[in-house]
Amino acid sequence: MYDKTKIIALIVIFLALLFYPVYYNLGKAEERKLGIMPEPSLETPAIQQMKVRQCVKPRQYMRESHMQLLDRWRDLALRDNDREIGVIDGVRYERSLQNTCMHCHSNKREFCDRCHIYSDVRVYCWDCHIAP
Amino acid sequence: MTINRRDFLKIAGISAVLGFGEFTAYELLRPGELFAKTPAPPKGTAAAPPQDAGLRALTANRWAMAVDARKFNSPEDVQKCSDACKRTHNVPTFDDARRDVNWLRTATFDQTFPGLTDDRITDALIKKPYAALCNHCGDPPCVRACPTGATFKRKDGIVAMDYHRCIGCRMCMAACPYGARSFNFSDPREHIKEFNREFPTRTKGVVEKCTFCSERLQKGLLPACVEASGGAVTVGDIADPKSEISTLLAANYSIRRRLELGTEPGVYYIIAPDTVNPAENSTPNFDKNSTRNSDGKSRKENVVAPRREERKNSDGKSKKGGK
Repeated sequence: MYDKTKIIALIVIFLALLFYPVYYNLGKAEERKLGIMPEPSLETPAIQQMKVRQCVKPRQYMRESHMQLLDRWRDLALRDNDREIGVIDGVRYERSLQNTCMHCHSNKREFCDRCHIYSDVRVYCWDCHIAP
Repeated sequence: MTINRRDFLKIAGISAVLGFGEFTAYELLRPGELFAKTPAPPKGTAAAPPQDAGLRALTANRWAMAVDARKFNSPEDVQKCSDACKRTHNVPTFDDARRDVNWLRTATFDQTFPGLTDDRITDALIKKPYAALCNHCGDPPCVRACPTGATFKRKDGIVAMDYHRCIGCRMCMAACPYGARSFNFSDPREHIKEFNREFPTRTKGVVEKCTFCSERLQKGLLPACVEASGGAVTVGDIADPKSEISTLLAANYSIRRRLELGTEPGVYYIIAPDTVNPAENSTPNFDKNSTRNSDGKSRKENVVAPRREERKNSDGKSKKGGK
């Protein structure tokens, strides 16, 4: 076998890298779970001022299906010119990521980014829409 | 440049090792640093909180625009509208004309109405600047050309863009006979001075154009250029004979851009009777009587009616043929 030392050294490095995550998390299962599991922050001035803290849909629905909702909103607002969601808490809301969602959730880094980073989801919303 | 298999595998291997520290891993090992390096969000006018302004959305069966060319006498008059448009929609400004992005641009007579120079057009009209923008055609060639459906005609006649679907192929730019579309060759955000935070920007690699301020119409506001023009630009429902724009066009002589192509443009340029600056006309003025037929009816009435019929027919065609 040619270059025995080089090959064995690289194999050792490769295995070290491969098993590093296992080593890193060893014995820290509970701590890591609590520490990393993302918890989007809902504490923004706009939300704190609300009489009833509510989104346009129930929390569980928003957590699971906000992407489908935004996809549908986009087509409704752009293609069908149907931009009004309705009145919540005395305020009329329009279908708009930038003006409606981000008005309340003005903490993009603590709200959007936390989960998106955790699940390695790269959205291109902010290429065009201006983040608060 | 050629590359052999051995070098290719080496590069691929090194890239894989370097690339292992991806998005998630990066945040895990160095929390908070990932977004510290991304540029700060652009500054500009703060977005107003959502509220019930008590305004009703402006609607129409067929939106159209009347540009009163009699009131546009210097390039600054058009620039006023163009600036308002740029501010409202975060349109970037480039020094290089080949990269420039414009929803509404200042154009010469020849650029606006090519082929009309041999008609009975006065010198005063030829010397004037014109506001050139998307004509929101009744039969838009850009919609036919778009392979992804990113550009489409709404029921109210507005030719709109869905930038999410635009793949930047620029077929629409080739199809548009008015040069109304611009392509973003680079990130437009670096070339926007002041941001309107209520409206998105575009991104590199998409085509953009005038939207007739559909987002403003929805809030009950008139388009930005109409507000900035000080009465020189009118928008309204041309399908309604009693609307402001219909009466305006019935009373004045207007021309449209490249009508011979059959795109049924929705932007009318009022050129006569020239009551605003009659002294500027070096050749005899358009006689008001000359726009009337022997039976005393306005020629306009006779011409507009069949046009509407054509528009209906062309709509029917595009629905059948388009999808």
